[in-house]
Amino acid sequence: MRKFDPRLMLVLARKEFWDRLRNKWVVAVAGIFTVFALVIAYFGTAQGGAVGFHGMDVTITSLVSLVIYLVPLIALMLGYDAVVGERERGSLDLLLSQPISRLELLLGKYLGLAAALGISTVAGFGLVGVVLSYGVGLPALARYGSFVLSTLALGCAFLSLAVLLSVKAANRVTASGMAIAAWFLLVLVYDLVLLGLMVATSGQRYAEVFPALLLLNPADVFRILNVYAMEEMRALYGLATAMPDALSNPWLLGAVMLAWIVVPLALAYRSFRTP
Amino acid sequence: MKESVIDVRGVRKRYGEVLAVDDVSFGVSAGRLYGLIGHNGAGKSTLIKLMLGLLAPDAGSITILGEPVLGPRFREVRRRIGYLPENVSLYDNLTGAETLRFYADMKAVDPRGCGALLERLQLAHAAHRPVRTYSKGMRQRLGFAQALLGDPRVLFLDEPTSGLDPEGIREFYRLLHDLKQQGVTVLLSSHNLAQLQDRVDGLALIRSGRLQAAGTIQQLREALNLPVRIHAAWRPDVNGSPQSLLRGFGGCTIDTREDGECTITCAQRDKVGVLSALLAAEHAPRDLRVQEPSLEDVFLGYSAAPEQDDNAQV
Repeated sequence: MRKFDPRLMLVLARKEFWDRLRNKWVVAVAGIFTVFALVIAYFGTAQGGAVGFHGMDVTITSLVSLVIYLVPLIALMLGYDAVVGERERGSLDLLLSQPISRLELLLGKYLGLAAALGISTVAGFGLVGVVLSYGVGLPALARYGSFVLSTLALGCAFLSLAVLLSVKAANRVTASGMAIAAWFLLVLVYDLVLLGLMVATSGQRYAEVFPALLLLNPADVFRILNVYAMEEMRALYGLATAMPDALSNPWLLGAVMLAWIVVPLALAYRSFRTP
Repeated sequence: MKESVIDVRGVRKRYGEVLAVDDVSFGVSAGRLYGLIGHNGAGKSTLIKLMLGLLAPDAGSITILGEPVLGPRFREVRRRIGYLPENVSLYDNLTGAETLRFYADMKAVDPRGCGALLERLQLAHAAHRPVRTYSKGMRQRLGFAQALLGDPRVLFLDEPTSGLDPEGIREFYRLLHDLKQQGVTVLLSSHNLAQLQDRVDGLALIRSGRLQAAGTIQQLREALNLPVRIHAAWRPDVNGSPQSLLRGFGGCTIDTREDGECTITCAQRDKVGVLSALLAAEHAPRDLRVQEPSLEDVFLGYSAAPEQDDNAQV
């Protein structure tokens, strides 16, 4: 068994991170998050005939709808190129001829990209958090903090998926196609299909299966973590009955999210490990 | 026989239906400059990737500096290896200095040596420019600088002179010569046979994934029994036709030009005899030039020959 050398992993992670910092990726994405979050925080309730800040829970609920579309897309776009891009450009062989192991290489890539995504997320939503913090209590801020944390986890889960696609795909075009398909399926289609099935079966026969199926999608796990965990939101959405308490336990949801980060990476390594 | 620094034994690699490398064995001793030649797609790059552990062989074994390249001590082996891939691809957004720094960190090499390497490869003036602004030759030189990080004991260079101008090529081989003097073992693949001809200590000729021949150029010439050409010229007032002198050498052909110079083509084994006969003649030539079969002749000779098996140590 080869000893794991974190130093080499960090050398690569640092390079990946600085690349994204230097080409302004981090600043651009942080800017996008800030602008969208501010707009949504203040105009998110415009449909209801009012604009302005209407409390932390309402704001988080509005932000969740934004994050659920935007963050997976950004994470997939960031990560799909990670391995296949180097392979296609021809720099992967040189990298693999270095004393780095394939596990260190894969994790180094992932960590560097995750750090770039993480800094953008924390900077973008953190800035908005500072603005929102004016006049709200500590519990509300803590809820916002956990929203930012879950956003990080959502990004890491989709980044992990992107790296898996990047290892599996034969070329960059295929990888980008697979990334878009993954976004389309998990973010747009999955809930629709579940809802359709629920209606078609009158919500009776498989009532206990549907909540479990939601856990198979990191975007849904993120939504449950943020929305259904809040008492008043559950009442508002009228879904308190659809989600059994056991499934809205934040520890369980956190563990599922962690699995969504670890499992695709492990699968990516399984493909990538043999020369 | 000295122990091989590069030892390839019975290596086989298949891509689907294609047998890219088929039962190849050869060894390279320390301090040798060894050439890998063959047509495009013959399996040279695959063989180099196998030697570096970038690909795993389906059969056979490869050791570099006495260690299996995919074994538990792969890090130590790779720290002592330098690799320049064919059409080297570096990170466009990094500067030359940052590129070297990155690979120096990978190899745990003191980064203070990077400046000297850039100087040595005549890239110091462009050290702080992004690689995307480099010409092909500059990228190749930067790739070579990267391969030299950490004073490697073995260098694998895949088509190293592509993109270099004649001056750059000469400088490159001068550097290789210095490294060889320091005991570095170099394995390089090239299409440019004329460049390799007087520079390599040994050669392996790969054809359709098989080792067709291996040895020194002279050994390969002799194995093929390629004829030698001797150019002889006489003073204008002397009738120096060598017909009568060469009667004893069967298979000799003589081609006389209008200006009186003739080209004698004879077998390797007759070379010394023919030269002696010419010099001992009453009208000895005023000038003699011996033209050994070039590496290109050897290459083409083997291309025409039926495929065969051969293993060798150089």
